Amino acid sequence: WFGVSQFENSCEVGVFARLTNAYCLVPAGGAENFTSVFEAELADTVPVVKASIGGMRILRTLCVGNKKGLLLPHTTNDQELQHLKNSLPDEVVVQRVDERLSALGNCIACNDHVALTKPDLTKETEEIISDVLGVEVFRQTIAGSILVGSSCAFSNKGGLVHPQTSVEDLDELSTLLQVPLVAGTVNRGSDGIAAGMVVNDWAAFCGSDTTATELSVVESVFRLRDARPGALGADVRKSLVESCFL
Amino acid sequence: ADSIRFDSSRPPRKMMPGSAPPAAGSGMFVPTQTAGTVLCCICGVSMQPNPANMCARCLRARVDITEGVPRNAAVVYCPDCFSYLQPPRSWLRAGPESPELLQILLRRLKHPLARLKVSLSGAEFVFSEPHSKRLRLKLRLRREVLNGIVLEQTHPVEFVVHDRLCDSCARAQANPDQWVAVVQLRQHVPHRRTFLYLEQLLIKHGQAALAIRVASAPGGLDFFFGSRSHAARLVDFLGTVAPIQTNTAKQLVSHDTKSFIYNYKYTFSVEICPICREDLIALSPKASRDLGGLGPLVLCTKVTNAIALLDPLTLRVHHLEEKKYRVYNFKAALTSKQLVQYMVLDIEPESPEITIDGSRYQLAYAQVARMSDFGKNDTVFTVRTHLGHRLNPGDLALGYDLYGANMNDDDMDKALLRQNLPEVVLVKKSYEKRPRTRRWKLKRLPVEEDLGNKAKGEEERRENEYDMFVRDLESDPELRFGINLYKNEDYRSEMASTIGDDVPTVPIEELIEDLTLGDDEDEEEEEGADAGMVE
Repeated sequence: WFGVSQFENSCEVGVFARLTNAYCLVPAGGAENFTSVFEAELADTVPVVKASIGGMRILRTLCVGNKKGLLLPHTTNDQELQHLKNSLPDEVVVQRVDERLSALGNCIACNDHVALTKPDLTKETEEIISDVLGVEVFRQTIAGSILVGSSCAFSNKGGLVHPQTSVEDLDELSTLLQVPLVAGTVNRGSDGIAAGMVVNDWAAFCGSDTTATELSVVESVFRLRDARPGALGADVRKSLVESCFL
Repeated sequence: ADSIRFDSSRPPRKMMPGSAPPAAGSGMFVPTQTAGTVLCCICGVSMQPNPANMCARCLRARVDITEGVPRNAAVVYCPDCFSYLQPPRSWLRAGPESPELLQILLRRLKHPLARLKVSLSGAEFVFSEPHSKRLRLKLRLRREVLNGIVLEQTHPVEFVVHDRLCDSCARAQANPDQWVAVVQLRQHVPHRRTFLYLEQLLIKHGQAALAIRVASAPGGLDFFFGSRSHAARLVDFLGTVAPIQTNTAKQLVSHDTKSFIYNYKYTFSVEICPICREDLIALSPKASRDLGGLGPLVLCTKVTNAIALLDPLTLRVHHLEEKKYRVYNFKAALTSKQLVQYMVLDIEPESPEITIDGSRYQLAYAQVARMSDFGKNDTVFTVRTHLGHRLNPGDLALGYDLYGANMNDDDMDKALLRQNLPEVVLVKKSYEKRPRTRRWKLKRLPVEEDLGNKAKGEEERRENEYDMFVRDLESDPELRFGINLYKNEDYRSEMASTIGDDVPTVPIEELIEDLTLGDDEDEEEEEGADAGMVE
């Protein structure tokens, strides 16, 4: 599935929600329409958990995780930590990281097998990432930017990177990640890929400004056309969900 | 014609410091970076990434940077003086499709463009028919849209030209002879040599260019001006070149009671000192004593804003300022009209040649005879003269005949009684042959002649005076100094061979190439009396 939505009139939906193959984190409070979109599509496959980190709603920028674990910044409260530990499935290891930088989501991008981090990450954090998330860690820059977490969005099937990534970089990343990558844009030509969309292996949500061309690119690179939540089935349902408000 | 330009000075979004790629040539190996292609987010065509990530056609189609920029504007033009109005009040002369006109038109558009934050990167004229009252420009506008893309687009603008007479043309047309200030230049001497010389000076310095009209009056010239400051400027200039005395007067023409505006007509009466070059003056005993015992007979050698008086017998030169002159107010006893021709029979230099004031003099004893006596009787005069360096036996000279003259001058009579005055005062050397055509010519001011006041034979007298003036110019390089001489195209050089070597001619280095404007110049030369602006 892929859908188009807005969070409180902002097209940067990727900033607020964290979507993985095992769970989905959405901001607590605020408008219900946003969360209802996620719930409608994902409710029968993954738990949709309302949370906040350090009192803030910009979840994806602060935390990073995959189906094996979730890393939270040092600004997380104990209550929030506990809430997350309770709400998430038991296989998911929730850990708070004492890293100086708290925007983990901008610094680290990962799927279930590989993680890309910014080049000057501390050794301890790298070890924690590889332990908790069970991934291989590579230090990289994308299109000259050290914030790899915001310049790309990738799942186990494919990835979308910053439009100004060079062809050599693209090849290199693709070899590292072992998934097909394409340079493109979301939200009508915006450069902030990870801020404009959330994606996992079978579903993707983009900001409402995303044009049809961009949607088709997203659809093709993430192989969403025939994606299903792990189950085999004959029917392929493709729906374009639009929700607009306010 | 449209193009997309990207603002390379802005770094791409979300770039953290320290993440710029290493500079080329810094010694590090930098792998080659080929830019990839992305799909245009609107139409899906593959293209190079740009800050908007839209292909050029989509950008052009969706974004119109000339929205809100005016397509029509108006400009005001004065057909009489070919100038355009720059509000609120200045009129600037500009030719058709000239850079000045472009500047004026662009200034009209400056505010709308600035308000829309559109900048101008180029402008050019598009042809429009000269009588269509329309001016067309093609502007290249540049504006920043979306996130950092600078778009450039052409935009036509049409200006409607409205005709209106500018203030000065309107005033001139309403009353062409309207003047506000007049300078009445007078010199109470029977000849006009000074005026001829002043005319040349005025032409050279362009001081009469602002005059509406120049008219000739008995005893001098009248210059009419449109504003008092122009007239004052001419008066100041005259004060530096001639010994003058000025009186001013004003007459109320109109008066606006509500706003305290008074319109006057101003008159500057300028009187030039009546002493001219080569005048013989007899100083009163008081004057002679005050000037340091300058002999009673003096010759005036140079007139600038002070009069230079030379005592020919003692070779002393005294410069008398205008103010001091007014104290004595002596007149010339004999003027250059009364010069008589003499034949020099013998010259005996008395003292070596000296230079005073830039001119060379030498005291000498000369035996001369009047040309009217020469050959007829034996009347010979022996006199001391200051022209020893110039004269040789057999030359012709011009001088004042005190022996036979009948003078109407009190001071001269007193001096005659008291002392022994020389019988002849030689003034300058004269030449027989003169070239018919000269290699050079002079420009004249367009002076209106006062037809009603002309005396009989005045025309001929004027011609002679002009001729003498031209001869003076030829012989005296100092006089030529302040004047422009122009090359005469009609000069035929064969004549040069028939002239003797010692006849002074103007060397060709001093001549100026004249501007050939075709009809204009010829007309001025021929007619010489033209109403209108003095060029």
